[in-house]
Amino acid sequence: MKLTLKIWRQKNANTKGELKTYPIDGIEGDMSFLEMLDVLNEELINKGDEPVVFDHDCREGICGSCSLQINGEPHGPDRLVTTCQLHMRMFNDGDTIVIEPFRAKAFPVIKDLVVDRTSFERIQQAGGYISVNTSGNTIDANAIPVNKQDADDSFNAATCIGCGACVAACKNASAMLFTSAKVSQFALLPQGKVEATERVLNMVAQMDKEGFGNCTNTGACEIECPKGISLENIARMNREYLNASIKG
Amino acid sequence: MAILTSSIARKVAMALSGLFLVVFLAQHFTINVTAVIDPDTFNSLSHFMGHNFFVQFIAQPILIFGVIFHFVMGLVLEIRNRSARQISYKSFKGNKNSTWASRNMIISGAVILAFLGLHFYDFWFPEIVHKYVESHPEDATRYYGELVQKFESPIRTALYCLSFVLLALHLWHGFSSSFQSMGWNNKYSKGLRGFTQFYAIFIPLGFVFIALYLHFNQ
Repeated sequence: MKLTLKIWRQKNANTKGELKTYPIDGIEGDMSFLEMLDVLNEELINKGDEPVVFDHDCREGICGSCSLQINGEPHGPDRLVTTCQLHMRMFNDGDTIVIEPFRAKAFPVIKDLVVDRTSFERIQQAGGYISVNTSGNTIDANAIPVNKQDADDSFNAATCIGCGACVAACKNASAMLFTSAKVSQFALLPQGKVEATERVLNMVAQMDKEGFGNCTNTGACEIECPKGISLENIARMNREYLNASIKG
Repeated sequence: MAILTSSIARKVAMALSGLFLVVFLAQHFTINVTAVIDPDTFNSLSHFMGHNFFVQFIAQPILIFGVIFHFVMGLVLEIRNRSARQISYKSFKGNKNSTWASRNMIISGAVILAFLGLHFYDFWFPEIVHKYVESHPEDATRYYGELVQKFESPIRTALYCLSFVLLALHLWHGFSSSFQSMGWNNKYSKGLRGFTQFYAIFIPLGFVFIALYLHFNQ
């Protein structure tokens, strides 16, 4: 497969970036998108040019490291996959592929296609946890019965890998889907009820502080989420927030 | 007071003001449709609305506040949302994952606002002048004639119809979206979405029908 890549190159956070064009040949349909970028980088290194910098780690869709806005969609044209799981068979010989970093004020570009997503970590730190005594007398989680539907919904919310595709897809760069998944995974369980009020208030406050946009319910985040996190989580977080605000 | 300034509070404020305007729209349509069915009923209802103390001095100011609030809050949210992505994508395929109506509420809203300006110029300001500036005696039979006269112009009729199409798009996303904003997403949501989408088509289409009926029945 012969392709034309238009890749965002940016030296660092303080310089202006631009799209640069790279022709590439010999790409097979069974390659992953990141393997295709590996091939390009080998060529660039062999020519003495600087390789394209991009985030990656597990390369099996569970770590949330890989990102990339590919032809106008986060994680590319396939559904329910991360960039590392995207196969080149989704593209045709002769295609031009535009590759950009996830764009948001709260995700500043570090270099080329790598963005700083620590804003997500600060949202998590604001309340995405439960306080459990781990000094030796920890109660087995299974000792507390949980409704099957609640357990399933909580698990589904917990499958969010925090990649940031929801922010990248949203026209407002809103982080509501991510934050709501992290709120929901605890809101649905008895273990999460104790800190429910402060959790949702603190996490939403941190989300706003980071400079993410407001949700306008376009639903783009749900469609582009590689883990299929549902908009129901956003509604749940809205409920939790309103309840917590009334309770004080 | 995070409840008043947080992103979720703003969403809820937009939702509540939007729902209030949806209810008003149904009431407005119900009165207008009588112009097609029975002009005398239209005259009676219009006279009542124009002279009832509660409608004129309590409901009307609340309505005007609701419209202004919805517009100002929408504009504030749009400005904040645009600032959340300072460098835009070279390639962004929003049509792959969301509807045009959901992505362009500011455009449909701006057209509706411009329409409201025209609508006030056509009906509200002349009515205020008639009643409170020129102080004409009450005449409960004048409303239908004035209404028909307004729709004599094909340009005005076309502008009204175009605005109603944009109103339909605004309602298509906004009405069902307001429930999601208030945290209402459950097993009944699918049915509710069906109702909101029916409303989003039926009411504007009804307004289009009334405008065309009045234009072609001079």
